Amino acid sequence: MRDHPVLMSVLLALVIALFAASLLVGPAGIAPMQALSALLRGDGTAEALVMREIRLPRALLAVMIGASLGLAGAAMQGYLRNPLAEPGLIGVSGSAALGAVIALQTGLAASFALGLPLAALTGAALAVGLLLALAGPRGGSLTLILAGIAVSALAGALTALVLNLSPNPFAAAEIVFWMMGSLVDRSMTHVWLALPLMAVGWVLLAGLGRGLDALTLGEDAAETLGIPLGRLRLMLVAGTACVVGAGTAVAGAIGFVGLVVPHILRPFVGARPSALLPASALGGAVMLLAADVAVRLVLPDRDLKLGVVTALVGAPLFLHLIYRTRAEGL
Amino acid sequence: MGWRGGSELIAAALALSLGVGGAAMAGPPERVVSINLCTDQFALLLAAPGQLVSVTHVAADPRVSAMAAAAEGLQLNRAHAEEVHALAPDLVLAGPWTSGYTVALLRRLGIAVAVIPDVRGLDDVPEALRATGAALGRDAAATAMADTYAADLAALRTAADAGRQPRAAIHNPNNYTSGAGSMADQILTLAGLANVAAEVGIEGGGWLALESMVMLAPDLVISAEPYPGASRAEEVLRHPAAQALAGPGRRAALADSDWVCGTPHVLRAATRLRDATATAAP
Repeated sequence: MRDHPVLMSVLLALVIALFAASLLVGPAGIAPMQALSALLRGDGTAEALVMREIRLPRALLAVMIGASLGLAGAAMQGYLRNPLAEPGLIGVSGSAALGAVIALQTGLAASFALGLPLAALTGAALAVGLLLALAGPRGGSLTLILAGIAVSALAGALTALVLNLSPNPFAAAEIVFWMMGSLVDRSMTHVWLALPLMAVGWVLLAGLGRGLDALTLGEDAAETLGIPLGRLRLMLVAGTACVVGAGTAVAGAIGFVGLVVPHILRPFVGARPSALLPASALGGAVMLLAADVAVRLVLPDRDLKLGVVTALVGAPLFLHLIYRTRAEGL
Repeated sequence: MGWRGGSELIAAALALSLGVGGAAMAGPPERVVSINLCTDQFALLLAAPGQLVSVTHVAADPRVSAMAAAAEGLQLNRAHAEEVHALAPDLVLAGPWTSGYTVALLRRLGIAVAVIPDVRGLDDVPEALRATGAALGRDAAATAMADTYAADLAALRTAADAGRQPRAAIHNPNNYTSGAGSMADQILTLAGLANVAAEVGIEGGGWLALESMVMLAPDLVISAEPYPGASRAEEVLRHPAAQALAGPGRRAALADSDWVCGTPHVLRAATRLRDATATAAP
């Protein structure tokens, strides 16, 4: 807020406006004023039930997960100094989905409260740890993307396998949910399930700003400035695993948010990672809220996946970034 | 007596579809394999002892098959042409939604396939019974069962209370519902209930968003028992908003295997639903 008051105010205003839109758009067709008063009253009427139990958790999750993905994308790109690093693209979200699916189908998720998000966190942590180990401190694009493809493919295949082995005939049809993500019919239970781990992840990732700023000068310079690189890396892995794991556990893997948002906002913050982190968090919330309103406007009664919208925006940008990276000679 | 002509037509079509193996046309089929959950149940109802060799594996699942007990001891198939061929049937019973590739392949292998017509509503049940009976060479049994069914249906219709109709919503996984004209809708009507999905113009099967269902405030929500293992599709049945609908003053009912196929058991489903709503009426 201090560094870029105009940008941050605009983003915050967008978050608030889209949050309101998210609360007001839905097939029940409740008039706006009636909807807001039902939300505040919270009596047992049908309107209050729709607002408090269906639309509010959906809007809250869009903010929480969008902010998480924006933050994680900005942090990974800052650490690897590579604009292609993004949790969805390099298989971190896919691995989180695998963890979540295993927890759900083995009954771990039902056996204790945080079983589902913790399993997803474990999947995400393994993937992000593996990728950082493979890509090395400088995060070479080719290694990162190739390793990401391999991790994504493996996680996707194992997710499909687990769902196909399930005794539940509906489970196999949900492969697309775990790969594309959706916020349809989530409840406050999901909000409370995701929030604790997400909050831990937000704190960890927000604390990376100074270290990532120093890292823009190179590892040696950062170490001379007294930045413990090992600790920085650990915080990045843990923070990303927390936010991506918790988000994916309740909404599936949503790609491209962490790629698009930092890319658009970077020029506005003078490419400083410490300023990009909070801006990307707000930007991520804006993008996911907008995408989730869009899926409801396009197909009100059907569950169009969020990943469809984010990929339509994100994939062309990704191609553009690859083209530019190639021009720079990898 | 128009139906008798119908069954002769089906028998004729069946004879044509045999193509090869004229000997098989001589008498009723001796090794019958059914590859569709609904034809499984028709065959289990009508086949002579020993005539039916195999039904699909879902026919033995009490969650979706009203005749799971009867399927015990039969070989269970997964409707793949290769395994069906290995069973050496002289007749295969299929539904209209059975994969066309499987049916075509079986016919190319020289196996007669009878496609039993779809049951879209309560009034279609006798025809499906008679078609199955004709294919199995069990016309008399089929006619008797069809007549009993028609009489029972007429009696239930006469008894249906035209007075206050409680409003019910059918809430299936993924918010799928059954609207006007569907078999489930007709079961509701027969049980003296009004279908809220029909109120909002849903015809046949369709999706009713959870919040739309909440706004319709049905008196009764009808869902199916969930499968083991987890699925997001069924999670919506336990969504707090859906649970609130089944709260005080409102009730939930279970749709079971009697609802799945248009067999005579649909009358059992309607009777049970009618009795449940009558005894528990607020």
